[in-house]
Amino acid sequence: MNCSDFLKELTDYLDGAIDERTKTELDEHLAWCHNCFVVCNTTQKTIEIYRDSEVYELPEDLRTRLRTAIVEKCEAHKRDKGSGPVKS
Amino acid sequence: MENIQSKVGEPISEELTLVRAAKAGDVQAFEELVKRYDRNVFRIAQHITQNREDAEDVVQDAFLKAYSNLGQFQEQSKFYTWLVRIAVNEALMKLRRRRPERTVYLDEDVQTEEDSMPREVADWSPNPEQQYTQAELRDILSKTIQGLPTGFRAVFVLRDVEGLSTEETAQALELSIPAVKSRLLRARLQLRERLNKYFKRQINGDSIR
Repeated sequence: MNCSDFLKELTDYLDGAIDERTKTELDEHLAWCHNCFVVCNTTQKTIEIYRDSEVYELPEDLRTRLRTAIVEKCEAHKRDKGSGPVKS
Repeated sequence: MENIQSKVGEPISEELTLVRAAKAGDVQAFEELVKRYDRNVFRIAQHITQNREDAEDVVQDAFLKAYSNLGQFQEQSKFYTWLVRIAVNEALMKLRRRRPERTVYLDEDVQTEEDSMPREVADWSPNPEQQYTQAELRDILSKTIQGLPTGFRAVFVLRDVEGLSTEETAQALELSIPAVKSRLLRARLQLRERLNKYFKRQINGDSIR
């Protein structure tokens, strides 16, 4: 396995979506290839930082305002249609 | 390596009860579904549109569309996956209206100049995010992800921020599974490359800030 083979498998490796045999090969590659080790670690960290950092959180006051507007629109839709959502 | 965990793992049966009540016209039951997923829909919308006002509109439009089309929800997939599909479409429509000169399609196989091959391999500090305040970090992450093509952003936010599976992401974005995997890899690697300048380990006391 070379570095570009490793990169191709990186996403499945990080997601734990590979078979045992491929995982062993990737682990062996990581054990001696410092560059791939760093790329793997920093990519994992990239995912974790985005997942945990709450880049776009919905503030509580806006949340309440949006929910009120949604409920009003749904009620209006229900009145217009007579019964609620359109039946399939 | 630990699996990326799902943020949305509610018991299906309880949710189906709400969905069925809402289908029968119970707005209160639908409001419960809104409470469950409004934060997720807002995050997805803002990641795709990169605009706060557009994201607010998308939240309202997506939920209203979901409510008025609940009869078409077949209950074979999760309600959340179905809702995300509606939200993504609404967000893309906003984007197209705002930037008609740059038509946005998710199924374009974008080749960017800066593609996925790592160019700079630098190790990061042990907890790189702690070098910054919350506000600084949000600003860095938001600026960094803005530069990605829309299709990459959408796949990354659904898979890695919202925790949808590859299959659910493919369903929500109407892409094939190999297309989702290829975009996800490129999105992750490009973000990693761009974050290097903020997070790489400082050598000999050189400050990067």
